[in-house]
Amino acid sequence: MFLRLTDQPSLGRVLVRTLIAVAYLIIFAPVVMIVVTSFFAQEIISFPPPGLSLQWYANAWGKPEFFRGLSTSLEIALLAAAIGVPIGTAAALAIVRGEFPWRGGLSSFLLAPLAVPGVVAGSGLYMLYVMAEDFFDRDIKATTEGLVAAHTLLAIPWTVRLVVASLQGLDRRAEEAAANLGANPFTVFRRITLPMMRPGIVAAAMFSFIQSFENLDLSMLLVGPGRITLPVAMLNYLEFRIDPTLAAVATVQITLVGLLMVVTDRFVKLSRVV
Amino acid sequence: MSSLAIEKLTKRFGASVAVDELDLSVREGELVALLGPSGCGKTTTLRMVAGFLPPSSGRVLFDKEEVTRLPAYKRATGMVFQSYALFPHMSAADNVGFGLEMRGLNAADRRKKVEDALKLVRLSHLAERLPRQLSGGQQQRVALARALVINPRIFLLDEPLSNLDAKLRAEVRLEIRSLQQRLGLTTLMVTHDREEALTMADRLVVMESGRVRQIGTPRELYDAPKDAFVADFVGRCNILAGRRESETQFRTGSGLLLPVDSATDECKDATAFALRPERITLQAGGGADGIQGRLKAVTYMGAQTEYVVAVGAEALVIVQSTPHADEPLAALKPGDMVSLDWDRKAPRLVPQALPRV
Repeated sequence: MFLRLTDQPSLGRVLVRTLIAVAYLIIFAPVVMIVVTSFFAQEIISFPPPGLSLQWYANAWGKPEFFRGLSTSLEIALLAAAIGVPIGTAAALAIVRGEFPWRGGLSSFLLAPLAVPGVVAGSGLYMLYVMAEDFFDRDIKATTEGLVAAHTLLAIPWTVRLVVASLQGLDRRAEEAAANLGANPFTVFRRITLPMMRPGIVAAAMFSFIQSFENLDLSMLLVGPGRITLPVAMLNYLEFRIDPTLAAVATVQITLVGLLMVVTDRFVKLSRVV
Repeated sequence: MSSLAIEKLTKRFGASVAVDELDLSVREGELVALLGPSGCGKTTTLRMVAGFLPPSSGRVLFDKEEVTRLPAYKRATGMVFQSYALFPHMSAADNVGFGLEMRGLNAADRRKKVEDALKLVRLSHLAERLPRQLSGGQQQRVALARALVINPRIFLLDEPLSNLDAKLRAEVRLEIRSLQQRLGLTTLMVTHDREEALTMADRLVVMESGRVRQIGTPRELYDAPKDAFVADFVGRCNILAGRRESETQFRTGSGLLLPVDSATDECKDATAFALRPERITLQAGGGADGIQGRLKAVTYMGAQTEYVVAVGAEALVIVQSTPHADEPLAALKPGDMVSLDWDRKAPRLVPQALPRV
C-alpha cells in the first residue's frame, strides 16, 4: 500500500519494483530453466537449443525406475502425512492448551528435526535401524515402514509449527459460546475447535506431503532395492547420465506439487496460514 | 426465566483478589448492569455466573437452586460476548440453531425456532450468510438471537455494544432493552460505558477493586452518589476536595467557600463536593450575586455547550443547552467574567472514598 501514496512514479517506487522483480527472477530462474531444458531436443544442454522435442518425456516414461520411484514417493508421502499430522496436531494441542511445566521444552524438541541437516539425521536413523534390526531380528532399512517412520519426522515439526500458529490465533470465546449453549467439552472440540483448526491442519498436511515427496537427503541411506523414492531414483540416474530426462521428471514433479498447492489454496487460503 | 442470586462470591488469582465477597441479586425480568473501570472484577463476576471460571468461594444461585459447581454447559445461561464469538464456519442460521441442536431438538422444530429467532432480530434474509459476510451490527444480532433462542434461565451480556460505532450503538441499545423487557429476561450486563449502563439498566452496580461501591437505580446513582468515585464514574462531575464549613457552606482545599445545603446530609465529615456540570447556571458578566469566575474555555458541542470557569484556584465545568446566537451567552469568549449559580440542594457532600464495610 505504501507504494501507492502518490500517483507520481518516484525513484523509490521504481527501485522497490525493480528489487521485487529481481527477487522473483532469482526464485523462479532454476525452476524455469528446468522446465525449459526438458523440451530441448539435444542431449548435451547448450543454448540456444537446436530444436524442441518431447523425447525426454518419452524416455522418462520408458524407464520403470522413475515410475516405481514416483509411486513409492507418493505412497510414503501420503503415509507419513497421515501419521505425522495427527501426532503433530495432538502435540500442538498439548503445547498450546496443556498446563504442564515442560511445554516449552516439548515444543523445541518437536521442532528439532528441522534444525538437523537431513544427511546427519539420515545417518543417525540408519545406525538406529541397523541396531533395531539386530534387536528385533527383522528388516527395517529399505522397507516402507522404515522410510515412513523417517518421513514422519519431517511431518511432525511442520505440523506442530502450523497448527500451533492456528491454535494461537483461534478465538477461545467461540468455544465458550458453544459451552454456554450446552455443548459438553468433547462436542465443543469436535464441532467448534477442530473445524476452526482446519486451515492449519490442511496446510500442515500439504507441507508434510511436499516435504516427504521431495526429500532426498534424509532418504538416501534408508532406501533399498524396490524401495527407492523418486528423488533418490533421479540421483541414481544422474550418476551415469546427464541428459534432459531428469529435467522432464523434475517438471512432472514440480507440476504435481504446484497442483497440490493450487488445490489446497482453494480450501484454505495459504497466505493466511503460512 | 429465573432470578439470580450471588452470595459472598470471591475469586482470587494467586495473591490478587479479583472479586471480593460480592453480594448481588437480580430479580426475575430485571436488567442489572455491572459498571466499573477495567480490572474492577465485573467481567470475572459475569464469567463465574456463566460457569467459565470456578469461584474461590461463595455461591451462585438460579432461583433457589445452587449452580456454583455446575459446568457452563449445564447452566442454560444465554451469553452475548463482546467479540460476538460466532462460529466462523457456520451460517447465521446454524449458529442460532446450535444451542437447540445441543438440546436434542429435531431438525424441523429447530428450523422453525431459528426462523422465529432470526425474525426477532430482523435478520431472516441473511440466514445463510457466514459470520464474516455480515457487518458488525448484524453479527451482534445473530449473537443475540443465538443466546435467546434457547430460552436461557439468565441472559448475560458482556460489553455488548463496545464493538459498534456510535450510531449503531444507540440503535442496538434500544433493541436489546426492548427485547429484554418484552421477553422479561433476567439479565446481568457488564459494561464500562456509563451511558450504556444508565440508559439500559433497571439497577446499576458500580464496582471497584472487586467490591461493590454502590447499588441503585440509574437515577439514585446519578443524583445521590455515595462517594466521589461513584459520582465521577456514573457521569461527569465537578469534584472538589475540602470539608464542610457549616450547614450552608463548603470550604475547598484552596479556601474557596461554596454554597450548599447540607442540613439533610448524613455525611457530616464529607471530604468532597460533587456537582454535575448541568446543574450550574451561567450568566455573562460578573453580577452582584452568584459566584464570580473567569471563563477559561468554551467548547461548542452542538445541542450543548461546555464552559470551563476558573473560580479562585478551582476550575468548574459547566454544561448548558447551547444559547441562541443572539443571546448574551453566545458572545462569551475565554477571559470574560461570568457568574455562576446553583440550587443549594444540587451539590452532594460525599467522602472521597467509601470506607470498607
